[in-house]
Amino acid sequence: MQKTLKRYFPIFVAPTLLAFLIAFAIPFIMGIYLSFTKFTTVTNAQFVGLYNYKQIFTAGDHFLHALWFTVKFTVVSTITVNVIAFCLALLLTKGLRGTHFFRTVFFMPNLIGGIVLGYIWQLIINGFLSGLGVDITYSANYGFWGLVLLTNWQLVGYMMIIYIAGLQNISKEMYEAASIDGARPMQVLRHITLPLVMPSITICFFLTLTNSFKMFDQNYALTAGAPGRETSMLALDIFQTFYGSVGSEGIGQAKAVIFFILVALLAGIQLYFTRKREVDV
Amino acid sequence: MKKISLLLLVVLLGMLLLSSCGGQQDSIYFLNFKPESAAIYDEIARAYKNETGVSLRVVTAASGTYEQTLKSEIGKTDAPVIFQINGPVGYTAWKDYCLNLKDTAIYRHLSDKSMAITDGDGVYGIPYVVEGYGIIYNKKIMNAYFALQNRGTSFQSVEEVNSFVELKALVEDMTAHKSELGIDGVFAATSLKSGEDWRWQTHLANVPMYYEFLDENVDLTKPETYKNVLFSYADRYKAIFDLYLNNSTTDPKLLGTKQVADSMAEFALGKCAMVQNGNWAYAQIADVSGNTVKEEDVGFMPIYIGVSEEESQGLCIGTENYFAINKNADPKKQEEALAFLEWLFTSETGKQYVSKKLDFIAPFDTFTDSEKPSDPLGREVNEWLNREETYSIPWVFTVFPSQNFKSDFGAALLQYAQGNKSWEEVKSLFVNRWAQEYASLQN
Repeated sequence: MQKTLKRYFPIFVAPTLLAFLIAFAIPFIMGIYLSFTKFTTVTNAQFVGLYNYKQIFTAGDHFLHALWFTVKFTVVSTITVNVIAFCLALLLTKGLRGTHFFRTVFFMPNLIGGIVLGYIWQLIINGFLSGLGVDITYSANYGFWGLVLLTNWQLVGYMMIIYIAGLQNISKEMYEAASIDGARPMQVLRHITLPLVMPSITICFFLTLTNSFKMFDQNYALTAGAPGRETSMLALDIFQTFYGSVGSEGIGQAKAVIFFILVALLAGIQLYFTRKREVDV
Repeated sequence: MKKISLLLLVVLLGMLLLSSCGGQQDSIYFLNFKPESAAIYDEIARAYKNETGVSLRVVTAASGTYEQTLKSEIGKTDAPVIFQINGPVGYTAWKDYCLNLKDTAIYRHLSDKSMAITDGDGVYGIPYVVEGYGIIYNKKIMNAYFALQNRGTSFQSVEEVNSFVELKALVEDMTAHKSELGIDGVFAATSLKSGEDWRWQTHLANVPMYYEFLDENVDLTKPETYKNVLFSYADRYKAIFDLYLNNSTTDPKLLGTKQVADSMAEFALGKCAMVQNGNWAYAQIADVSGNTVKEEDVGFMPIYIGVSEEESQGLCIGTENYFAINKNADPKKQEEALAFLEWLFTSETGKQYVSKKLDFIAPFDTFTDSEKPSDPLGREVNEWLNREETYSIPWVFTVFPSQNFKSDFGAALLQYAQGNKSWEEVKSLFVNRWAQEYASLQN
């Protein structure tokens, strides 16, 4: 058995390994290399050392502004998405009439692509703002809250499903015991429901965190950075740098490397916490 | 067992090999910039194949994504042989890929050699279409205005308007009578949505920058003479921009989501009398359903901004479309590509396609007067170009430093229109961003 496995190992692994090399490892290494060069296409790169990285942190570059905007957005949307999703999940596990129908309804927006959603919400938001005689490009605040609204609309349904699964896993006996002991609803929520859905909370928390942090299409379609570049998030800023100015492809690439490090850091923290939870439960 | 696994491996490798060489290696690869001409280029490719047996493969980049597409395509083994650059700045980006075209037939036939992109002794980009823009007006609405009894100006025709002061007087009086004329505003919406603001951040800005370059004796072939600018005619830009905003169909605060297509539709439906755009926009006027503007009612007038002696100013006529040949392509392919371009612009069949189907005003000496474009705006551009008493403004915006510069300027214009930025801020942004982008371009 062992021998057969060994013999077939290359056949089973080779395709995936090849795909991994072609689609991930090689571009990734090239990408890091390119961040230290000046290039127009990937084949005519000239080494420039740390110039690109220095350029990112000089005044006049939008990277730090985009980073700050992204952090603000991520914090706000992570909190709102999870609170709303959790409340909906609680409601929809109470056995009310039409529960299944509403679960489907809330999940639906998740099936629409980000670009389409962005344009739809742009129309809706502009429709409302036209009452004030302005549109979404008028102020960065409109763009910010528009993005938060859009992200909630898109992610709440998905997170709700995860919370529902978590809630349904809690055994009924716990609640029975609590009610016999005379616990009030808030106490039940605080001391039974919340601790027992902690694994779902961790998952949802990090899903929304990374989703919001890496957001591109919604940002591109809804505001495209307007007004000015005030509502550009990191991914969009990288895109604009890379394609917007002749000769700054390298700077865009360097930004992408920093972006990768930030996302990898987030993912690392996520992994750490999820693992810890797994031991607890 | 071993045999089967070997067979599997062979099949897998075979599939990989097959998928990697799917391209047609034997054709000339032309990466086209103009989406509106894509279908016609396919026809041309078929005609060329019939006549010469050489196949041409035309790939068209989606609107606004040409640079992106070119970047990824030109790195491939099967790279475009014919591609295009958008002027001196485009040349800076692509100079490692541009073949010297000095000794080619197509360059010999170029009527005005100064239009080509040169670097030292070499010629690297050949313009293939001349386009013009100005203020397009609806003659029917203008005549309705000139027939009004109670109007506040004494103009009898648009021809009498040949300065900013006169244009302003005319437009403002038309705004005062807009209900009688049945229009929502004199000018179509000043589309300032990001990506749709090129009529202002590029085309309109061309006029003041042209006069500034004249004052400063700028040599467009020498970037060091314009790496810093003053935007000295900023107040003139403001004057014409304000005129557009204040006499528009649309409230300035709502311009952030307006697209060029919206403006052209307003013009086509007769909701406004004027719109700033170029001859390429005729299709957008003619194709709007419910279009009320007849072909003979469409006219062109220059964009007057209020500089001295602008009475003899004409339309802004130039190009940002230059053919370049890939230096790294196989020499045989390069020759075939040049032969194709020569065929397109010198042979009878090719010229028919260029003037009748593509509607290009081609800047080559092989075109006679009867082979000029058939649409009304193209004809007008041609007519203005040949007027003795007026001078055309060349397209100096091809030296604007980058897309990011233009986008940032466009965004600032929007914020100015919305009342969120002062004109001083817009002006200093223009000057600073220009300098920054040129600095990064030259590093």
